[in-house]
Amino acid sequence: MNGTRAVIAGVGHTEFSQNSGRSTLQLAAEASRDAISDAGFSPTEVDGTVTFSLDTNDELALIRTIGVPMLRFCARTRGGGGGASATVQLAAAAVESGQADAVLVYRAFNERSAHRFGQPVQANPDPAWNWASPFSLNTPAKVYSLTFQRYMYEFGLTNEDFGRYTVVARDWASTNPNAQFFERPITLQDHQDSRWIVEPILRKLDCCLESDGGVALLITSAERAADHGADAVPILASSAIQLEGGHEMFAYYHEDLCGYPEGRSLAEQLYRQADITSDDIDVAMIYENFSPIVFLQLEAFGFCGRGEASDFIKDGHIGRGGSLPVNTNGGLLGEGYIHGMNNIVEGVRQLRGTSANQISGAEHVLVSAGRSGIILGR
Amino acid sequence: MTSVRPPIFDFDDAFFWEGANEHKLLIQCCGDCNTLRHPPTPMCANCGSTNNQTTESAGNGTILTWIISQHPTEPDAEPRIVILVQLDEGTRIVSNLIDVEPTHDQVLNDKPVSVCFVDYGGTVLPQFRLAEVQK
Repeated sequence: MNGTRAVIAGVGHTEFSQNSGRSTLQLAAEASRDAISDAGFSPTEVDGTVTFSLDTNDELALIRTIGVPMLRFCARTRGGGGGASATVQLAAAAVESGQADAVLVYRAFNERSAHRFGQPVQANPDPAWNWASPFSLNTPAKVYSLTFQRYMYEFGLTNEDFGRYTVVARDWASTNPNAQFFERPITLQDHQDSRWIVEPILRKLDCCLESDGGVALLITSAERAADHGADAVPILASSAIQLEGGHEMFAYYHEDLCGYPEGRSLAEQLYRQADITSDDIDVAMIYENFSPIVFLQLEAFGFCGRGEASDFIKDGHIGRGGSLPVNTNGGLLGEGYIHGMNNIVEGVRQLRGTSANQISGAEHVLVSAGRSGIILGR
Repeated sequence: MTSVRPPIFDFDDAFFWEGANEHKLLIQCCGDCNTLRHPPTPMCANCGSTNNQTTESAGNGTILTWIISQHPTEPDAEPRIVILVQLDEGTRIVSNLIDVEPTHDQVLNDKPVSVCFVDYGGTVLPQFRLAEVQK
């Protein structure tokens, strides 16, 4: 470390939709140009990229498309959406070590109109799936539900408890013009009327959207951002956790089966780096491919005790006027599912004071993807 | 007949599927420090040994958690109960519970189970049944 502080200097995104009508490379390019210009930079100044291992947009194809002459740093994160915040960690590490001056983070896909993650895996993508798909554990909803069921059993929860999260997320989305569910709030009854995906754990309205779209961020040093006149948001902490008992998507083989040990380790790292506690977080952006994962993360991050997330949500803490507004863009259930990257954009908006659902005086925002996370702050 | 996705195995886990074909539930065992591990790995994380041996599980354990898996299309058009079993030997394994109605209005957590083997169109899988309660 040379004392440089990395910041998110620019954010960009396409519209989030069910059918973008264009290539993922075009979505990546549009979001990238948007983020670069939001930061006041030119593409010729970008010298690094970070994306997901799963992203299908090759770095060379992207830089040829948007006009970046040379990259001297390229990195990709492991896993899926759990690594969303790890993109920022890698970019910040590159900037703070001097390996790159301006790192473009991008993620773009046609996850609704082309390959849908919610469909059963057809052939095992890697050997780890041998321990799941022959036994019919072959969709994210099922893989996650096997952990959620134990959580429900231990704490006496029902699907209605999870529905209370969805109602809040859809309320936030209803006043966010960028959300796919803009002006479409729901009641708990609407949630309970939606069809089962994994009975009696997940209904359709517990599952995230499947979206087409792209998101990009420009990460650079505080000094460079200031030189370019960017409205930059400092990255106070970043970490990504992989645990030995973890397997593919979940810690089935970890002693702590449903306490979300990855999230607990992540919380420790982030609070220590930022030198703050859960009390200092003003807004929490929490990756939710499925509603119960919000419960596990609220507990892992110490916003409430183990098994208490249901009451925490019931008591109104995470909604409008609550003590800890969560997913103020509507989250991945309400705004769109760009693999968690749109939650980082909302974190930046909250600190810039430009959110559609602005929380006044927000100083610290947690953006957790469960296994990776960042704390942004003023 | 329930259709299943066959495993695509390689050096590191072939022994498990070959064992299943012979109706044996094999757990990988370090030949040097005797640490058991599942899913298999090509090296013992405890001592670094690549002397990879196996031991046959007695096939008894308890259900930690379970779901009913069903999807409108094959291979899951027929519902199956998916379970995570804590084996008595100490390792865990994902499998299925058979000979139990796939209904959600029952409590299967912490129930004792024992292994059996089912041939699904050429793919032999270790499966579990609820254990007879010892009086």
